[in-house]
Order: sequence, then structure tokens, then C-alpha cells
Amino acid sequence: MKSKTLTLTAILALGGAAAFAEEVRVYNWSDYIDEALLEKFEAETGLDLIYDVFDSNEVLETKMLAGGSGYDVVVPSGTFLQRQITAGAFQKLDMSKLPNIVNMWDVVTKRTEQYDPDNAYSINYMWGTTGIGVNVGKVKEVLGEDAPINSLDLVFKPENMEKLAECGVHFLDAPAEMIPMALKYLGEDPDSHDPDVIARAEDVFMPVRPYIQKFHSSEYINALANGDICVAVGWSGDILQARDRAAEADNGVEIAYHAPKEGAQMWFDQMAIPVDAPNPDNAHKFLNFIMDAQNAAAASNYVYYANGNKASQEYLAEDVIGDPAIYPDQETLDNLFTTTPFEPKVQRVVTRLWTKIKSGT
Amino acid sequence: MRRLVLIAVPYLWLLALFLVPFAIVLKISLSDTALSIPPYAPTLDFSAGWEGIRSFFAELDFDNFVWLTQDDLYWKAYLSSLSIALVSTAITLLVGYPIAYGMARAPEEWRPTLMMLVILPFWTSFLIRVYAWMGILSSEGFLNQLLLWVGIVDEPLTILNTNTAVYIGIVYTYLPFMILPIYAALDRLDGSLIEAAEDLGCSRLTAFWLVTIPLSRNGIVAGCFLVFIPALGEFVIPSLLGGSGTLMIGKVLWEEFFSNRDWPVASAVAVVLLLILVIPIVLFQRNQQKQAEADQ
Repeated sequence: MKSKTLTLTAILALGGAAAFAEEVRVYNWSDYIDEALLEKFEAETGLDLIYDVFDSNEVLETKMLAGGSGYDVVVPSGTFLQRQITAGAFQKLDMSKLPNIVNMWDVVTKRTEQYDPDNAYSINYMWGTTGIGVNVGKVKEVLGEDAPINSLDLVFKPENMEKLAECGVHFLDAPAEMIPMALKYLGEDPDSHDPDVIARAEDVFMPVRPYIQKFHSSEYINALANGDICVAVGWSGDILQARDRAAEADNGVEIAYHAPKEGAQMWFDQMAIPVDAPNPDNAHKFLNFIMDAQNAAAASNYVYYANGNKASQEYLAEDVIGDPAIYPDQETLDNLFTTTPFEPKVQRVVTRLWTKIKSGT
Repeated sequence: MRRLVLIAVPYLWLLALFLVPFAIVLKISLSDTALSIPPYAPTLDFSAGWEGIRSFFAELDFDNFVWLTQDDLYWKAYLSSLSIALVSTAITLLVGYPIAYGMARAPEEWRPTLMMLVILPFWTSFLIRVYAWMGILSSEGFLNQLLLWVGIVDEPLTILNTNTAVYIGIVYTYLPFMILPIYAALDRLDGSLIEAAEDLGCSRLTAFWLVTIPLSRNGIVAGCFLVFIPALGEFVIPSLLGGSGTLMIGKVLWEEFFSNRDWPVASAVAVVLLLILVIPIVLFQRNQQKQAEADQ
């Protein structure tokens, strides 16, 4: 927020000068790119790249639906993308400006079609799963050698959570992912839009709620890596980044990620161009740059998320392409589920339930 | 003519900076959510002429205000905000009054320096100062390290992410707004009045209670409003220092906008918040007026 205000003030201060500078404004998730790539883009194109970050789909959607966000490229996840396309927030991509589109991977594009028919408005940036990150040493110390670190029992069974509370547990502050996860745990359809079924998620969260230190969607990367917390329900690549940071710091913290064996949500973060983007041409240049095989590989090698770029796979590091937590094998892939966007009425039920879960009222 | 211009300026100011934005918020609070840009309907369509305006007004309703009464979240949040704002105003007064009193009683040549010290924190961004409190109050923070070192506590106190941290944040942030008006009132106080009270047999304490406090009343009232009003709608302090159990209307408003993406309900919450604030402001105004009449 702060950095954005500063940028805006700077733009206002520069006034006319800003109008002449060729630029592209990208709004992406936090901790989601190799910054060397941003420099490379500026060097290759001579454009000024203004790069801001967010950590919640909800905040992005508010900006998109308000209109006039001033961004040229934004990165909503599948269901949010679908809603925003319906609202008329994005412009169709001009494929003639995107020669690198041939690099894309049909396994992913087939799945993203359910959110963006014909992939007319978006390209895949990264995809991953929502699961559980653990500090292996601490969790085994608290729960014993046979701690269920690959199961939702770890975070949804009150007796486990009661013990884990002493070493710290974070949950994502993302109702659109946490509620389907709880429904899956109950054996319900995780993509249910029936308010009565959704309400049952409350029974899963309320007993473990007192043991959750914080609901937050980005702090857990550092908290896990530093050893401040021992369990985080979070996004695959973020937890793998925490693993990497802990290994770099050599602080004795060993982090592992598991997609829960009960089934995990698979999500897709899609790059799209707002309908009122000030520099749509430059936005296309940015998308094309990201779809370059080597650039996509560099991004994945840095953030530990799988990308939707088939051609990039030969440039991927072995600990990325070879890690089933990032590029799952067929068996895991079959166990993943996707969700569809809630209708406004159901959305209200979901958010109200989430407020109740977070605040207790 | 000049008189008219003089009167028109403040009213134009009020119209442009308060009434027009309020009318826009009020209008949104009467509409319904929609999946579009902007995310509510209906929007005023002037191109359809008179008919468009008429159908626009026909579509507005008070459903969102009814909704606020149906879910206990909202009145709980309003009540909890009111109590947090009242308690922190009281604490700020208790802390601020002695400081202002000391400043007013300090030797003349020290006063500019003391005044400077009160204003100095404003030179740093408010956000950074609140972040600094996170570092001080966290379980590994300075405060706990100090307490552990001195031996007052055996294990770190949990202060961050609780209501206590919210009170500390509000009192710290708004203290200058309490000190400055009280200081201004005390500074004007004629010292000979207290001497007279003492000559007439008052103890120092009684003189303080019967003379100093009533004469600084304007400063106290102004200070309390300057603290209470922004504290009631505070968002940054509870979201950074408070826990998930800290219920404040500013946070609820944020959730309505950003999580629910329900602008109409968010606007309704804002309208009700404004009404809650208008009552004390009107009382304040009447108080000022009475004071002015009494002075004449």
C-alpha cells in the first residue's frame, strides 16, 4: 500500500514528464518473481517497469472492480479471474503480439479453460497446490515420529493442534481456499455452493481456532524459515521458498511441504491485462517476455512453483522439475481438485463465516 | 457583497469536502452489489434523461441498513469500537493532562523546547511509529527483554495482538492531540486567580480542582474530541497491533470493502459510523456556543 502511494505521489509530482516515459505497471503476488528477471526485462525493452505486490485475491478484485487501477498486468487466480472477466475487467489478448504463446503447456491450458474459455484473456504464470508446510524437527518433537504431516488431521484435529499451538501455527487468510479444504476434510464436495454444506466448515475450524496464532497469507514464509512457527497451511511454492531460505540461513530448520493425502486444491495464477490498462502494448511485451522458455524457467527456479510453459521444462533446475511437491506425479495430480467462483449471495455467506472463524463472532 | 463572499467560502468548503462525498457514499449505500465496474447497481445514467433519473431513484432501497441490524457482527463492532475509543480517550486524558500542566508551569524559556518535544514524533510517519511498537511489544521484543532482564516477569508477556496493544497504540498516537489544546488553555490561565483562591483559604489541591480544572475545561473537551473521533474509526492500529479477536468497526469496514467486495454494505456501515460521530460533534458545538454566550 505504502509503496503504491509513494509511486502515485511521484507520478503526480512528475506530472507531464511521466506521460512521456514509456512504462509498464505490473501488480503481482508478493515473493513471486526473481527480481533479476525484472531488470532483464527493462534492459531488453528499455521500458520502465513499475512492480507492485499484493497478497490477497480479494484486494486485487476490489481494485479491478473499482476500475482505473492504473496497472497494465495483474495476476488473479482462476476463480477470481473468471468473475472479473464476467464483470468486464479485462481486455482480450492480441495473440499476434504474443509469439511465445506456442510455448504453453496443454496440460495446464486445458484446465485454465474452465475459468477463461479459449484462454482469450489470460496466460498462465504459475500454478500450484494449497497444502501444509511443517518444520519437520519441531513437529516430530511435539507430536512424535509418526506425526501425520501429510494429512489434514495435522491441522484439523484439535488434539494435534493443541500440542502444535506451543510452537506456532499459521493459516492462510483466504476463505476461498480454506473453506474448500475443510469441506474436503469432512468428505463433502469441496466445490459446494450450498450454504448449508459450507456452514459445516465452521465445525472444523471452531475447535482448532484457539490454537491458530495468526491468519495471514504472506508472513508465514519468513515465520517458517526463521523457526518462529512450526506449521503453516499455505501455498506450495511459498512453503518451498521458506524451505530454501532456512537452508540458506543454515539455522537447523528443516521445512517440508505436503499436498494433503485427502486431496488438495489446485490453483492457477493467470496474467491478464485490465480493460483500462494505460499501456496495453507494453503489457503484451511483458506477457511475451514471461512466456519465453528461459525466462519462465528462471521464474520457476526462483519461486519453486510449477509454470504452464512446456518449453521451459528443459531449462528447469532438477530440484524443481524433479520435485513431486512442485510437478506432481500422475497419482497426486488425480487427487487434486479445483473450485468455481461463488455467486454473490453465497460469497456473503462464505465471508461472514470466515469473519466468524477469525474473530469468534 | 463582501460579507456574502466571506460566508460562501466556508459553506463551499463544507459542500465540496463533506456533503458531496457523503451524498456519494449515501447513494452507494442504497444500491445493490453487482458483478461489474463499478461493483454496484444502479448507476446514475444521465443520457436516459429524466426517465433514467426516475428509474434510478426507484431502484434505491434501505436493504443494506436492514441487513446491518440482522447480523450481530455490526452492532458488536460498533459497541466494541465505542468502548475502545472511550477507554483510550480517558487514558489519554489522564496521561496528557499532567504533561500539559507541567508544560504550562515550566519556566517560560523551556516552553518552546517542551512544545517541540511533543510535536517531534509527527516528523516520522505514523505507520512507521506503529510498526516500531510491534517491535517493542512482541514476545521477543524490547519490552519483554527488559522485563525478563530486570526479573519482573519469568516468561514473556503476550501483549502484541491483544487489545492492550491497541490501547497502547491509540494512547501513544493521539497523546499530542490531547496535550496541545489543554496546554493552550492552561497557558492562558491567569496565575493570580490561583493565588487569590489560596489567599481565600483553598488548599492547593482544592484550588486546582475548583479553579484550574474548570478554566481548562475547553481544552479538555477539545482534546477529548480530537482523540475520541479518530480513535472510533481507527483501522491501522487495530490491524497491526490487535489480534484476530479485536473487533473494531474500521476493520469491519475494510472487510466489507476488500473481502466481501460489497460496496453498498460497506457504505451503509460508513454512513452509520458517521451518524454515531455526528452526535458527539453536535453536542460539542452546542457546548462551545453555550460557553461563548456565558463568556459574554
